[in-house]
Amino acid sequence: MCLSIPSKVVKIAEDKSFCTVDTMGVQRDASLMMMEEDDIKIGDFVLLHIGFVMNKIDDVSAQESLDTYQEILALLDEEEKAKIILEDDNCPTRTI
Amino acid sequence: MQLENLYDDFRDADTIKAYAKIIANDAKKLKKPINIMEVCGGHTHTIMKFGLPQLLPKNINFIHGPGCPVCIMPKERIDHAYILSMQSDVILVTLGDMIKVPGSHGSLQDARSKGADVRFVYSPLDSIQIAKENPDKKIIFFAIGFETTTPMTAVLVEQVIKLKIPNIVFHINHVTVPEVMVELIDSRDVHVDAYNNQIDAFLGPSHVSVISGSKIYDKFPKEYNRPVVVTGFEPVDVMHGISMILKQFIENRCELEIEYKRVVTYNGNLKAQALIEKYFQKVSLFKWRGLGNVPDSGLRLREEFANLDAEVVYKDILPIAEIEDHKLCICGDILRGMAKPHECTIFGTACKPTTPIGSCMVSSEGACAAYYKYGNLL
Ligand code: SF4
Repeated sequence: MCLSIPSKVVKIAEDKSFCTVDTMGVQRDASLMMMEEDDIKIGDFVLLHIGFVMNKIDDVSAQESLDTYQEILALLDEEEKAKIILEDDNCPTRTI
Repeated sequence: MQLENLYDDFRDADTIKAYAKIIANDAKKLKKPINIMEVCGGHTHTIMKFGLPQLLPKNINFIHGPGCPVCIMPKERIDHAYILSMQSDVILVTLGDMIKVPGSHGSLQDARSKGADVRFVYSPLDSIQIAKENPDKKIIFFAIGFETTTPMTAVLVEQVIKLKIPNIVFHINHVTVPEVMVELIDSRDVHVDAYNNQIDAFLGPSHVSVISGSKIYDKFPKEYNRPVVVTGFEPVDVMHGISMILKQFIENRCELEIEYKRVVTYNGNLKAQALIEKYFQKVSLFKWRGLGNVPDSGLRLREEFANLDAEVVYKDILPIAEIEDHKLCICGDILRGMAKPHECTIFGTACKPTTPIGSCMVSSEGACAAYYKYGNLL
C-alpha cells in the first residue's frame, strides 16, 4: 500500500526540471515538470508519485508524519529501509 | 524482524482505537444504518488490511468502490496492449501494475513469455530513455490511471513533442473519478428493474484529489445529497474520515470536507490540471470492466495529437468489438453496493487471485481480492 512517505527536497537542477529528494535517507531524482516554477524550494517536503513531485506537503503535518516514520525506521537496518521505499515506489495503488 | 508485523504495529493502534470509540458512540445516534463507499482501491486495501470493519459498529457498512485502475481495465483494452506488444518492431511500455491482468488472449506476462518486448517502468518518463536506446523500434506507452497519473502522461507527451522524439506513441486508458461516482449513484443497474444503490456517503480518493482538488466533488453533496470526505491513505486517516462523515449525518449536514489536508486543497494542482486540459479530451463512453459503458469517464489525446495516438496509428490491427464480462461475475453489483464478494458463486473457487475471472479479483485493491486475502478477518 502507499505509505505516501514525505520526501525532503535537497537539490534543484539548474533548469528546474527536476530535483533531488531525500526519502528517509535515500536520495533520488524526481521530475518538477508538474509544478509551477519556483513553487518548490530546497527544504520543502513533497509527495512523490511515479517519479514526479505531485504537490508540496504542509510542513507541520509532514514533520508529524516523519517523526512517526522515524520511530519505526530507527528499528530497521539499511536493507529493510531500502525495501520499504522500494515497496512504496511499487505500490499497487499508485495509479489513483 | 518481519516487515509485515512492523507495519501492523506502525499505524498508531491507540489512535485507531480512540477513533473506534468515538465512532461507536456517535453511531448510536444514527437514525438508520449508513453505507460508506470508499471510491479508491487504496482505501479498500487499508480497510481490509487493518480489519477496520471489525472495529466499527454494525450500522456502518463499507461499499468498495471502483477506484483501482487495473481492475477497471476491460478485456478489449488489454487485448489492444497484447496485440500491440506482439508486433515485431514494438516495445510496449507500461506501469508494473498491468502485468497480470487477463485479456482474451492472455495477460502481458503471457505476451512476454511468447517473446513480446513488454517493459514495466517506474515512471512514464523512463520511456524516453528506452526510445533513445532503441531508435529502430516503436515505443508504445500504454497509459493507465485516474486523474493522478494523467498529468504524468501529459508531461511525457509534452517532452516527446519538445524533444522531437520520433518513436513514441500513446495508447491512452485514463479515466476520471466523478463520472463513475455519478454512474454508481444515478444510473439504473442492468440486472434490476428499480435501481437500488445503497451508497449514502463517499470517502473521497487521496491522490486523485491532490491533483484535481476537492472541487471535483462539489456536486455530490449539492445535487446528489451524498456527503464526501476526501481522506488520506493511512488507517488513522480512514477512521478520521469515517468519523467526519458520521458527524455530518448526526448534525444533519451534507457537505464536502477534506480530512487529508496535508496535501489536498480545494483547487488542487493547477499546473497538472492545465497539462491534462492541453493534451486530453473526453471520450463520450469508456467501458469499465464490471460496470459497462460510463458516459464521459474516459480520456484520449486531442485530435491535433492524433499522430501520437496508437489507436489511430494502429487502427488497422486493433479490434473494436465489445467483449462480454463473464456471466457469473457480479462485480457490477459489488461496486454498486448490492452484493458482497462472497455472494458470488465462483468466489474463491473458479475465481481467485491466481486465476481471476472478474475485475474485482485482478489486483490486490479489488474488493474480491481484498476479501480473498483478508477474508479471515471478517
Ligand atoms: S469473485 Fe471473481 S467472478 Fe465473482 S464477482 Fe468477484 S471478480 Fe467477479
